[in-house]
Amino acid sequence: MTDPAAWGLQVFNGLSMGSIFLLVALGLALSFGLMNIINLAHGEFIMIGAYTTYSIQQAAISFTGGPASGVTFLIAIPVAFLVAATVGFLIERIIIRHLYGRSLDTLLATWGVGLGLQQLARSIFGAPNVQVVSPGWLSGTIKITSTLVLPMKRIFIILLVVVCVGGLFWYLYRSAWGRRTRAVMQNRQMASSLGVATNQVDSLTFAMGSGLAGVAGCALALLGPIGPSMGTFYIVDAFIVVILGGLGQIPGTILAALLIGMLNSLFEFSTTAVIGKVLVFALVILFLQWKPKGLMQMRGR
Amino acid sequence: MTSSESSNSANLLSIQQLSAGYGQSVILKEVNIDLPLGQAVCLMGRNGVGKTTLLKSIMGHIKPKIGKVVLEDHDVTNWPANQRAVAGIGYVPQGREIFPYLTVHENLLMGLEALPMAERRIEVLDGMYDQFPALKTFRTKAAGTLSGGQQQQLALARVLVRKPKVLLLDEPTEGLQPNIVQEIEDLLQGLRDRQETSILLVEQFLDFAMSVADHCYVMENGEIVLEGPTKDLDQDSVREYLAV
Repeated sequence: MTDPAAWGLQVFNGLSMGSIFLLVALGLALSFGLMNIINLAHGEFIMIGAYTTYSIQQAAISFTGGPASGVTFLIAIPVAFLVAATVGFLIERIIIRHLYGRSLDTLLATWGVGLGLQQLARSIFGAPNVQVVSPGWLSGTIKITSTLVLPMKRIFIILLVVVCVGGLFWYLYRSAWGRRTRAVMQNRQMASSLGVATNQVDSLTFAMGSGLAGVAGCALALLGPIGPSMGTFYIVDAFIVVILGGLGQIPGTILAALLIGMLNSLFEFSTTAVIGKVLVFALVILFLQWKPKGLMQMRGR
Repeated sequence: MTSSESSNSANLLSIQQLSAGYGQSVILKEVNIDLPLGQAVCLMGRNGVGKTTLLKSIMGHIKPKIGKVVLEDHDVTNWPANQRAVAGIGYVPQGREIFPYLTVHENLLMGLEALPMAERRIEVLDGMYDQFPALKTFRTKAAGTLSGGQQQQLALARVLVRKPKVLLLDEPTEGLQPNIVQEIEDLLQGLRDRQETSILLVEQFLDFAMSVADHCYVMENGEIVLEGPTKDLDQDSVREYLAV
């Protein structure tokens, strides 16, 4: 056993990684719960969010002529949300709309859309990875004990995710559009019989999920390089989170994301990156053998 | 369209030569039903003769193969369900289909969706709570936890909050206790007498149908086999069609 502070840091890293998985997985959970579609292009919204952050920083640098100010990154967060949400909205309207009820077709179509978006990014920004310069106020650390030092960036990411998830809950459980969304999830035909334009609910929810993935991209831009295919790396974990959490279950998704993030980080620390991943997937598979519906499931009537 | 046929002008809803089904199968065969303004019409028949299919076609969940659904002067045959709801059709399906994980109050709020924004006022719900005190008691509870009778009251209240022009009811008394059946009967008679809402009721329970409806249709194998004003109806022949 090594120093407990090192383990503490791993738990913390796991928490921050899990919170990013959560942002990505929430969109998948929403679109599966509402529309029964499996969106393989979801990872590309992360990439869109990350490149949006990069573009805003580049624009700020060329505009002021000096290094980007710390505020630029804060502006980039809502912009990344809006850009990713808009792209998601258009994709839903143009492509996914026509594939409802055909899960396998959505799988193929969204995979194609994902490849297309990656190529688009390659054409605009070039194939090599780019980097966002973290703002000064995020590059520091916070000392918890003499040996446990937490990076500001990761604390910020956790707070950002808490705000986003809080916002999503407010939307779903307190706003009229959220009420409509939950009603359509529970009984689409009845909701339309009551006058709900279910296609508008679909577009809006899909856009919302895409926007959250965009914010995740914004957060990931702080941690590493930005490339056209960065989304594919996270999409697998996000799918695992959604399945482990129970399809269409938001509380389950939250629990599963934190669990997977934590296990990833702890296993990788005590073994190697590859074996860590294998262990996590093996555990999830075993768990699903035992409880095929995941951590949480809709109670039957 | 310049004008509607004069014979139809008194009909709020009219089903004309409607044939519908699922996939290849045909369930409804050239059905004609008229719902005059301010009246209650009952459609009777055994299980599986096509009554629910007819209501679903009127609501817009099943696309008819041929024929028309006309609401007031509009041919709504190709309208989506939500647009028909906005135009004034209210639907209480078989099995009630309340939203089980929404609270009672949220379910009622969903009933206001078909109204224009300015008319979606919370005060309207107070009237419903007065009419159905049980719903007021369970206001903040998940609707799925209510009893069958309470769920039926909720399904009715949810559609009545917006005062629909047409009320489609699919076997509202199914599986309910006699005292609740009586309450629903009183409620429907009240609606009929005040002429606020015209009712198309699907029912297998003859006495209930007779006490609510002005006019009855009997369906067998997707066709209307008997129809007439309730008071002139030969109860024995209707019973024969309903007998299993």
